[in-house]
Amino acid sequence: MTSSPVTEPSLWVLFRGQLRRDLLLAFGQPSELANPLAFFVVVITLFPLGVSPEPDVLASMAPGVLWIAALLATLLGLEALFRRDRDDGTLEQMVLQAQPLYLPVVARMLAHWMVTGLPLTLLAPLLGGMLNLRPEAQLPLMIGLALGTPVLVLLGGVGAALTVGLRTGGMLLALLVLPLFVPVLILGVSAAELASSGLDPSGPLLWLAAGASFAITTVPFAIAGALRIGVEVG
Amino acid sequence: MSFDSFAEFFAMGGHGFYVWLSYLSTAVVVAFVLVWPLWRRRRFLREQRGRIHRADALGQQTEAEAHASEA
Amino acid sequence: MNYIPEGLRRLWHRMGSPRWFYETTGSWVPWLGVAAALLIGVGTVWGLAYAPPDYLQGNSFRIIYIHVPAAYLAQAGYMLMAVCGVVLLVWRMKLADMVMATVAPIGAAFTFLALVTGAIWGKPTWGTYWIWDARITSVLILLFLYLGIMGLRRAIERPEAAGRACAILAIVGVINIPIIQYSVDWWMTLHQPATFTITEAPAMPASMWIPLLLNVLGFNLLFALSVIQGTRTEVLVRERRTRWVTELCRQER
Repeated sequence: MTSSPVTEPSLWVLFRGQLRRDLLLAFGQPSELANPLAFFVVVITLFPLGVSPEPDVLASMAPGVLWIAALLATLLGLEALFRRDRDDGTLEQMVLQAQPLYLPVVARMLAHWMVTGLPLTLLAPLLGGMLNLRPEAQLPLMIGLALGTPVLVLLGGVGAALTVGLRTGGMLLALLVLPLFVPVLILGVSAAELASSGLDPSGPLLWLAAGASFAITTVPFAIAGALRIGVEVG
Repeated sequence: MSFDSFAEFFAMGGHGFYVWLSYLSTAVVVAFVLVWPLWRRRRFLREQRGRIHRADALGQQTEAEAHASEA
Repeated sequence: MNYIPEGLRRLWHRMGSPRWFYETTGSWVPWLGVAAALLIGVGTVWGLAYAPPDYLQGNSFRIIYIHVPAAYLAQAGYMLMAVCGVVLLVWRMKLADMVMATVAPIGAAFTFLALVTGAIWGKPTWGTYWIWDARITSVLILLFLYLGIMGLRRAIERPEAAGRACAILAIVGVINIPIIQYSVDWWMTLHQPATFTITEAPAMPASMWIPLLLNVLGFNLLFALSVIQGTRTEVLVRERRTRWVTELCRQER
């Protein structure tokens, strides 16, 4: 007897489904969306007030300030990353399904990046201008952020997956993840600074691109492994 | 001997404070690294012995015996 | 797997038993202690009193005899944790997790010592206790990585889950350590004039590097001693529900 075979959804369909779901959920809560962005803007605003409003001083620290604010804003967004999934049980579902966990993880990270890293990257030139960032540095800054924020989201995703459900939450996550952010910070700021001085920023940018491709292919495995542990705990 | 007298040795050519502070810090860390595992061990043995004696006194099975009979 | 010698294969299987580890390493401890004390004793006395003073730095260079072993152990400790992590995740060897848990605070202590001795050494050499150069910054970041692992282990309640989480973190960390070090080093060359080169020292005469070698070996043995002692305790704690541990607790003085 031949029964009609149950067609398992293709991997691409799974991926798209997860991505769409995450994006819809994210946009369904615009306040959550706005939080990291607002944080980004506020932190940047603190520097003219806390250090100096002088244009020259601001210009010299602009790349660093923008990148550090981006790092911190990403960190802020990471906490919520898997918490919601864990709270409503979809995390367990995701982990226990038969298909490889790699794809839903990549979809989740992509969705998260699209609602945190991407807006940061797009907003950065405006804030850079407010900090007197040299015009030559604007494009390298944006490219750097576009390449670097995915890496931040992925590395942060490992930390978020390891600490999902822990009461200590934010502080431990920051401790785990900020050291890993250092190379991205250095490369991104260097690209902007080199461009500001009229030098060629492509070195650090290429390294960032290499890092991004390496991260996208390998880090989701670590995230998947970490999520599995988290589900067993809960 | 690189020094002509103990006083010179102690003074380390003016850098005595730095050298001896470093070696003192090392002694502290080495002491910690040696003592910490021993302290943990003693604490564990003390607590575990307490649990065993209590179980014996009450005529109950110790965790190990209960565990073995469950297995 | 036929190319692995029989002896090694047997050793690997034995390591699956924490009890075997406990019973075998008991007799090692005093020997390790004696050897470490001897090596460190000779190395330190030689380095402090008999090695000639450095041409440029005078007598403050003698801090090298503790700074280098500490910095080396800081790095090696983290790598050991990562290796334990791989063994734990791939082969589920409980002993690997016990070693990893023991190494964390010990490695962190040596990292802290490397920072402190580095900073103290900096004052007579460059005039300031803290300078953001590539090496000291990398060691500071390494300390954060250690603290992260220790914090994560403490935060997760079930020991098995905590061990696996720390394993993942250690592996991610160890891959990042060279990346972090290269990027920090590069950043410093961009931002500091090249006057702070401490790396290219002229070749040391034997009377200077032999005590250094002795100390490095001695501190390695000391590290091994503490890790073995700590792991033995960890074995007892985790296997406390077994008969052999209960018997041991009854008999132990």
